[in-house]
This record gives sequence, structure tokens and C-alpha cells, in this order.
Amino acid sequence: MTFRYLPMTDQDKKEMLETIGIETTEDLFQDIPEEVRFKGRLQIEEALSEPQLVKEMGRLAALNKNTKDHASFLGAGVYDHYTSSIVNHMLLRSEFYTAYTPYQPEISQGELQAIFEFQTMICELTGMDVANSSMYDGGTSLAEAGLLSAAQTRRKKIVVSKTVHPESRAVLHTYAKGQHLEVVEVDTEDGVTSLNALRAEVDEQTACVIVQYPNFFGQIEPLKDIEEIVHSAKGMFVVSSNPLALGALTPPGKFGADIVVGDAQPFGIAQGFGGPHCGYFAVTTKLMRKVPGRLVGQTVDEDGKRGFVLTLQAREQHIRRDKATSNICSNQALNALAASIAMTALGKQGVKEVAHQNIQKAYYAKKVLEEKGFKTAFSGPFFNEFVIELKCTAKEVNRKLLESSIIGGYDLGLSYSELKNHMLLAVTEMRTKEEIDQLANVLEGLACVQNISH
Amino acid sequence: MRTEHQSLIFELSKPGRVGYSIPELDVPEINVESIIPSDYLRTEEADLPEVSELQIVRHYTALSNRNHGVDSGFYPLGSCTMKYNPKINEDVARFPGFAHIHPLQDEETVQGAMEMMYRLQTSLAEITGMDEVTLQPAAGAHGEWTGLMMIRAFHEANGDFNRTKVIVPDSAHGTNPASATVAGFESITVKSDERGLVDLEDLKRVVDQDVAALMLTNPNTLGLFEEHILEMAKIVHEAGGKLYYDGANANAILGFARPGDMGFDVVHLNLHKTFTGPHGGGGPGSGPVGVKEDLIPFLPKPVLVKEDDLYKFEYDRPQSIGRVKPFYGNFGINVRAFTYIMTMGPDGLHQVSENAVLNANYMMRRLEPHFDLPFTQHCKHEFVLSGRRQKKLGVRTLDIAKRLLDFGYHPPTIYFPLSVEEAIMIEPTETESKETLDEFIEKMIQISKEAEETPELVQEAPHTTVVKRLDEATAARKPILKYTKQV
Repeated sequence: MTFRYLPMTDQDKKEMLETIGIETTEDLFQDIPEEVRFKGRLQIEEALSEPQLVKEMGRLAALNKNTKDHASFLGAGVYDHYTSSIVNHMLLRSEFYTAYTPYQPEISQGELQAIFEFQTMICELTGMDVANSSMYDGGTSLAEAGLLSAAQTRRKKIVVSKTVHPESRAVLHTYAKGQHLEVVEVDTEDGVTSLNALRAEVDEQTACVIVQYPNFFGQIEPLKDIEEIVHSAKGMFVVSSNPLALGALTPPGKFGADIVVGDAQPFGIAQGFGGPHCGYFAVTTKLMRKVPGRLVGQTVDEDGKRGFVLTLQAREQHIRRDKATSNICSNQALNALAASIAMTALGKQGVKEVAHQNIQKAYYAKKVLEEKGFKTAFSGPFFNEFVIELKCTAKEVNRKLLESSIIGGYDLGLSYSELKNHMLLAVTEMRTKEEIDQLANVLEGLACVQNISH
Repeated sequence: MRTEHQSLIFELSKPGRVGYSIPELDVPEINVESIIPSDYLRTEEADLPEVSELQIVRHYTALSNRNHGVDSGFYPLGSCTMKYNPKINEDVARFPGFAHIHPLQDEETVQGAMEMMYRLQTSLAEITGMDEVTLQPAAGAHGEWTGLMMIRAFHEANGDFNRTKVIVPDSAHGTNPASATVAGFESITVKSDERGLVDLEDLKRVVDQDVAALMLTNPNTLGLFEEHILEMAKIVHEAGGKLYYDGANANAILGFARPGDMGFDVVHLNLHKTFTGPHGGGGPGSGPVGVKEDLIPFLPKPVLVKEDDLYKFEYDRPQSIGRVKPFYGNFGINVRAFTYIMTMGPDGLHQVSENAVLNANYMMRRLEPHFDLPFTQHCKHEFVLSGRRQKKLGVRTLDIAKRLLDFGYHPPTIYFPLSVEEAIMIEPTETESKETLDEFIEKMIQISKEAEETPELVQEAPHTTVVKRLDEATAARKPILKYTKQV
């Protein structure tokens, strides 16, 4: 069988074997000890031709309910947002996606400049001095912020609010275990971090306090009060932030955050069943040389012409090995490019308008649901997500909603025992008034909801 | 490539221009100041660019023209496996049923995605000879750390809390010792012998009761197969340690040998390398980890299982190391890798490694007369030359790399492994034709002649790129990491 990705002909093979001075390619594998040489045939699926492949992968894809054919109110860290068509067109410029890490700057200026622009835009949105070229995702970025804080303060205790995304917290716990760090979770009060509980936990052993803004319930955390608590104990203030929300909300940098992390998924990156997304990591100038991962810097060439290079590499694994600030190597460069293009397309005006539409639509959804008799769980201000109480399981409700081509919200009972039968609803700029009204109507009409709530 | 000045997108910005289109707000507008306290409402706008759609398209098109990818030309970057990235993979990954699904949808609404993942993890287990695979790690280094955390959990579950060391060869990738540190271990270096393989005597010296694991790339970063792998496995296992396989070089052995059969307990693969990722300018990657039976309880959760005809995520795994990433890994990259595996099948993958190894050996033998070759045995998918002969003429390996840019090539990996002076690490991959290899070889021979006859031509290279050599020292000394508007 011949394969379209393999250009070697029998004639090529013959000539190459002659040059090497051997009879068969098997001779090249004689260094693999007989006992471990694999002599069978791999028991994997047989090769498919291109049309067969498209059909089979199309079959698998069609088994999934997607957010193009359904109105989605599911968020919880991953969102359905407007993406300009140009994002995909530019991403498919194969000089970008078939390149590797820009270690040879003379032929990587395109990628390097795009990342430099990404770093700038993240700094603008977060109000921070320095942003790196990306991390795997918001969750691992948050965990690395915990590790950086511990290394910087030489303290062992990481304090994290329970209003931080449950999966990010889970990742943080795993990373902390590796470094023998203690992670303490702080209780919530009316959907935000309890300031009293936080005060009780923060002490001279606290490396950092990590909160999310807007938090997992969509609520806006009182960053001003939290900053005072953490900084008075000389800990680091870490804020995980949806960068789109920062089009409308005061950036964490203004509240004195030392590290701001998050995921740029809302900017031009497909939900894609949870990945790949694009973590970002931003810090104050003071922490510049402690940042994990790659940084792009501006410089000049021999003729004085502006150019860009990977810089401050003395922090990184390929130079420092076991003394590196992190083990990260491959990051999410292509998704950082997607986010850059999307942020550029939105621009100064768009990022503000989209963020404000999210607020308006979410508040509208809350209003119509309340008018139908639903109770919202928390009283504080929120961005594009809020929590409603149900009288039956979220799973049942979602099954019913699906019949009306609606993907319902997140079942909070899965992560918070005290929030059984509570649903987290996300309403982005993609949801029309009609869809929101329909959601409310279908919910109202559900037997299990209506009977008890009225 | 275009050589003229390229503006930053911020320099193209002019107030009032837009590059987006969303519908007018269709719900009754409320005053945000009445709902969000003024302290939390942004007053100073984020200074993002204000440009039109065509300006954006021209900008990124121009940037792409200042970049070199596999589609632009030969990219023999050692240890990175810069093979062709199939176009069909990109199409499939963009099917709405893969690209536009949410990770927290009810499992019954994403059975197709879960089936794809299950078939991929099953295929990878067979290819590596392991018992179970997790797709959760986002990249190779992330997989390394995941694997080491599992090894630690395994030892601790056996009441063994004193295994503080991880052994790595001197030729290992930098991520190995870095991952060991993040996982809370101390890394100990084991030396290579004169044939470029792990020195067995030195290994015996460093292995003791404190050793948690040995991390090994096989073939190693010199492109050489560790022939004594079974003895090494025995030494480590007898001391109670585990064997970790860094799959960065798996492109050499598909269907020829399996880490699981060599005695490895944990394996990670780089799907963006061996399984056509693509590399994306430095990610996203995907770093699945495979384990042997005794490590299965420690896999990150959730674990994807199949019950009857239903796929489900299993969370009740009391011994699991926990989550290493939100959700289920870099799914989009996994879709591409599965598409590739389905394209090649068992015979195709076997031929991939056969051709990759043949290509590398052919290049090595043809370049051997012109450059020093520190290790002369057959190589696997890559080989390492030394530029020390040229260095004596005043031409460093860096210069050779820069001169290759003039001929439209991405240079090989240079100055790695650290154990080889003036290293030049070449990995052609199986997707390159003999004509491409021959043309590159001719240019390498030409450069070796230039080093003798006109060294300044090489020393001053590149001559044709959009920028010349860049001042990296100043970039690090006085870092400019973002654009600042000139006032």
C-alpha cells in the first residue's frame, strides 16, 4: 500500500540503501534488542482513504449536540462568543500553524511580532506590566501562579476561594502536592468569598490569595477588600480573570493584583470540548524574571532595524533545566494568535460593547426568569452568569431543554454539595432576546419546575 | 519573504475604525451603574487597536509572510519531528460536532467526542504497549510531570516516602529535570559513554533506594537506540524504581518496538510531533500518558471508560493524583492525531518509522565526510553532527545555522544535546522526498566549503532574511515586552 504522506519510492529506497551500504532497512533496526523488537502487526484500526475518513469522522462529530445548532446557556469557564470569520482564515495561514517555537528569530518574525502584540493586549486588558506568550489554559496558569507565589515569598500556604472554578482548584491541588504546599479553601458568602473566613485564614505563612473575577458563579468579587487582607499579610494577590469581562470591569491591576491569570478562550477560540484553549499569565514588573514560559521582547538587528526575539530565557527549562521557573515548553502559541486576531477585530470599541452586551443580556435573562417565579441564588452584581434554583435536578431540566434545541446551564450540585438543584446560566452576546425568552418559557413549562416553584 | 518594515498593529490604529460586527442590543437596556458599583466599572478603556477588517487581514498576512513553517520549506529541527501536517486534520477538527461542543454538556450529548477519545487512547495504548492511557496532559512537559506525579503516588501508596531522586541522562531534554523539580524530586544526572548511550556503570552508581524513577528518551536525543535498555530496566526495577519513557522520539519506533515491551512503566507521547499535531508556532500540543497495570489507579481523573455501548467519565478514583488540567485535555489536537492514525493504520505507521530512519541514515552518511560525526553507528530518526571542524576555521555552528536561512531552510536544532560540542541535530522525518534531502545535503556541503574558503560569508549570514541577526543581549538586559504608545 502506498501512502500520500510518504514520498519514498522503491528506487529512492534502493539508492539510499546503497549509499548507506546496507541491504535492507531491517539492518538499521538491529540495535533494538531481539527480545524487545515488535514482530507483530499493531492491533489498531485499518487505514481509511480520505473519503472514508471524512465520513467516519463526520459520523462521530454528528453524534454530538453542538452549539451552532443549539442555543447554549452553558458557560462555567468556557463560552460561546462571537468570532470574526477572519480569525480562522488567518489561523489557516500555514506559515503560522506549521511552524515551531520561534527559536530562529530571523525567519520567525511573524510569529514573534504576533505574540508581542498578544502580550501587549493582555497587559492592556488586565492592567498589568508584563504578560507572557501563553500557558496551556486558565487552570494550569492559576496553579503556576500559586507556585510562583510560594517561591517568591518562601511561604508554603496557598489560600484559594471556593468561588474559583472547581476544576482550576483541582489542578492547583495537584500542582501544590508536587511542591509540598498546603492549599486552604475559603468559604463563600452570598456567592462571593467570605471576607471573614478569608481574614481568618490569611496569616504570615500565606504565600498568596487566589480569587476569580468574575467568579465561578458570575459574581463580581470585592477585590478592593481582598487586596487589603492579602497585602497586609505580605502575601501575593492572584486574580484569575475572564479577559472579556475586563472590557467592562475595572482591571485587577488597578486593584493591586500581583499576578493575573486566566483563559483567553472568549477571544476567538472554539469551545472544542474543553481544549485547546489559551492560558495567559500577567505580572507586575517586579515579578518579570520569575514568570513561567516564553516571553517575546523587542530589539534591533545589526542594521538597527526593529525585530523581536524570545527573551529572558535564563528562566526556562532548556537553559536552566532543574532550576527553571517552570517545566513548560510547548504552550498555546497558535491559540494566542487566535486570541490576538479576535482582540484586534473587536478592538477598543468592540471589547467594551461585547462585554456590556453580556451584562445586559444576562441581567435581562435574570429579570424574565424572576418574573416567571424563579429564584436567583445570590444578590450581588454579576457579569454574564448567574445562578437559579430549580425544584428538580439540573440533569432532568437540561434533558427537557435539549428537546427545544437549548443547551442548558451547569449543574452546580456536581461541584457544590450545598447547591444541589442549582443551575449556573451563562448569557453571552450570542443569545438573542428570543432565545432567552424561549429558555424562560420552556423552563416555566417544565412540570417538575413549575409545580413546586409556583 | 518581504523585507520592508512591518508596523505593529497598534501603529495602524486610528480612532473610530472597527473590525467587528455584532447585532444591536435587542433587550431593554438598563443603566450598568445601577447594578455594578462604580469602583468595579472600568473607566480607562483598554487600548486595543482600532483597525478595519482588511487592515487586520493584511497585517496578519504580512506577518505570516515573515514566518517559516513546514509548508514553506524543509524543517529538519532535531527532536521536534517537523513532519507534514495534513490538511484533512484541520478540516476534521473544525467539524461543528468537534469544535463547537462544550466540555460540561451532559455526557449523552457528546458520545461521539467520547468515542473518538476512547478509540484514540486505545490506539495509543497498543502503539506504546501500555495498559491504559490518559489524554489529559496538554503537552509533552505536562505529560512528564503527570507521569512523575503518578510514580510518586505509587511509591507513597506503598508506604515508600523516601524516593526523592529522579535520574536523567546528560543528553536529556531540559524538560525532564525541570518536570522532576515541579513534581518535587531532585534530579540526578547519569553520564553517557563513548558510544552516546547511558553508561551502565554510572547508572549502577547512581541508582539506590532513594530513586523514584529513571527518565529516558529512546532512541535518545543523539538519535541512538539505548541497546542496553533491558539491563537498565533491571537495574532500576531491582532498586524499586520506575522507568519513564519520554516519547519525544517515538517517530523512530512505531511498529518496530514498544516502550511497554522494553520495561517502561510510564510513557508520554507528543501528539504534535509523532502524530502530526501540528506545532502551531509553539503549541498547542498534546501529551497523553500511558501506564502499566500497577499505575492505573493513579491516573488523573476523570478516566474515560466504556460501559456497554456508553462512554462515561469516571470520577470515583480514590488513588488518582487528581486533575492535571481542566476538562479532558487538548481535545482538538487529539482529534487531529486520531485522524492521522486512521489515515495511516498499522502498516502506514510502520512505514513512517522505517522511512524516517532510512532518511536520517542516508543524510548522515552523505554528510559524514564533511562534518564530524561523533557517533558512527546507525542512527534512528535523527543524528547529531559536530561543527568542531568548522569552528577551528572560525565558523561556529550558529553561523552554519544562519547560513542555512539564506537557502530557505529552517536550520537543525543546534547546541543540543549539551554533551556534543557545537552540536547540529538533524531530523528529516519521513514526509520529505529524497530530492529535498539531496538539495539540503548539497547546501550543507557548500557551507562546509564556504567555511574553508569564504568564512565571512557564513559568519555574516543570514543575508536574505527580513531582519539580520538580532541583538538578544540587549533584549534581555533592557526588556521591552510590550508596545508603549509614543506620546
